[in-house]
Amino acid sequence: MLAITAIAVVRFRRLFTVVMLFGIYSLLSAMIFVVLDAVDVAFTEAAVGAGISTVLMLATLVTTGRHEKPPRHHPLLPLAVVTVTGAGLIWGTLDMPGFGNPADPVHHHVADRYVIESPREIGIPNMVTSVLASYRGYDTMGEVIVVFTALMGVLSLIGIRRQRKQSTPPPENSATRRPYPVLQVMAILLIPFIILFALYVQFHGDYGPGGGFQAGVIFAAAIILYTLNFGLDDAMLLAPPKVVLRLSALGVLIYAGTGVVSMLNGGNYLDYNALSHDPLQGQHFGILVIELGVGITVAAVMIAIFFAFAGKTEKQ
Amino acid sequence: MNAFSLFNYWIVIILMMAGFYTVIASGNLVKKIVGLNIFQTSVFIMYISMGKVIGGTAPIVTVNSELYSNPLPHVLILTAIVVAVATTALGLSLVIRIKEAYHSIEEDDILAISQREDEAE
Repeated sequence: MLAITAIAVVRFRRLFTVVMLFGIYSLLSAMIFVVLDAVDVAFTEAAVGAGISTVLMLATLVTTGRHEKPPRHHPLLPLAVVTVTGAGLIWGTLDMPGFGNPADPVHHHVADRYVIESPREIGIPNMVTSVLASYRGYDTMGEVIVVFTALMGVLSLIGIRRQRKQSTPPPENSATRRPYPVLQVMAILLIPFIILFALYVQFHGDYGPGGGFQAGVIFAAAIILYTLNFGLDDAMLLAPPKVVLRLSALGVLIYAGTGVVSMLNGGNYLDYNALSHDPLQGQHFGILVIELGVGITVAAVMIAIFFAFAGKTEKQ
Repeated sequence: MNAFSLFNYWIVIILMMAGFYTVIASGNLVKKIVGLNIFQTSVFIMYISMGKVIGGTAPIVTVNSELYSNPLPHVLILTAIVVAVATTALGLSLVIRIKEAYHSIEEDDILAISQREDEAE
């Protein structure tokens, strides 16, 4: 089914259809992740792929036009290249270990240690969180910095439109300012619950699926829903771009700062055992704090990127 | 080992090739980015399906389960998805800038315009 959707995406020339199908494709792959036991990943994919990417792509389409021109080249050459590459890869898989076999090499080496030792060493039930935030804390810090750098890139390319000056008020035509009352009321009803859910995901990530990345994206989705219904100006009053940008840097700072604090307490960089006299408590505290940093950065970056795209769209 | 034990890899390869085809055969920049995303997702599915253990449960410690799926690929892909959306946003913003500069997001048109500009110089 996923393959069918993917091929449909390739075939359609109307870009609007392509983008909507891509959203469906993301949602389907999130379901596959649930079936394959990757609940944390499914969570992220559903929020990011089906939510934020689709919105960003739609925003781009508004500025760039909806139709793809028919290709001038004949599709035979790329098709041949693709077929040859695919056949080569399939030939390569014949040596791969079968699906789901516990004796596969992937499931040993370090993975054993994560599964067996992490409940005792880190003391939290969700292994994904403990690997993410503690064993591989350096990697995750790198990822957060990459996300932050991407924001810098987007801003240097298109920038956030400045707020309208109060001296030139937008046209107070109530018909254009409040076009969809039903949607707006629904949005008002939904947004508090979305934010509540984001906070739950943020702070419950130790025990269930969830964590900073997911919570940040869900939080950003709440703000984006507000923007879609009430317009960019109102949303910028709610979450001023200046504050959002500072927050995105603050998250990185919290993460990196936690590492420095653990060094000051006599441990290695990002060694949470040093944060408290009881190593387990230290781990718990450290993970909570850096997940908070991740959440703040991801939410702020997503909101800022959306503002940048939305500002571009309104100008057209 | 039966015939279906490699099925997950084949689906991944079909998806990957669909994404690859979109990237090389389509002239539209937005569609190229969609293709790139499909390619990316196929890699995600490959990792996650490698991490699955038949009979295992999600890697969250519970009392009534001894066998868990491998948490390591989950961690890698979790962060990869968020980075993917950030890079997608960067790509899309490049597309918007290209549209502003060339008034087109079709590869052929852009090439023609920049060639004309080169000749004019």
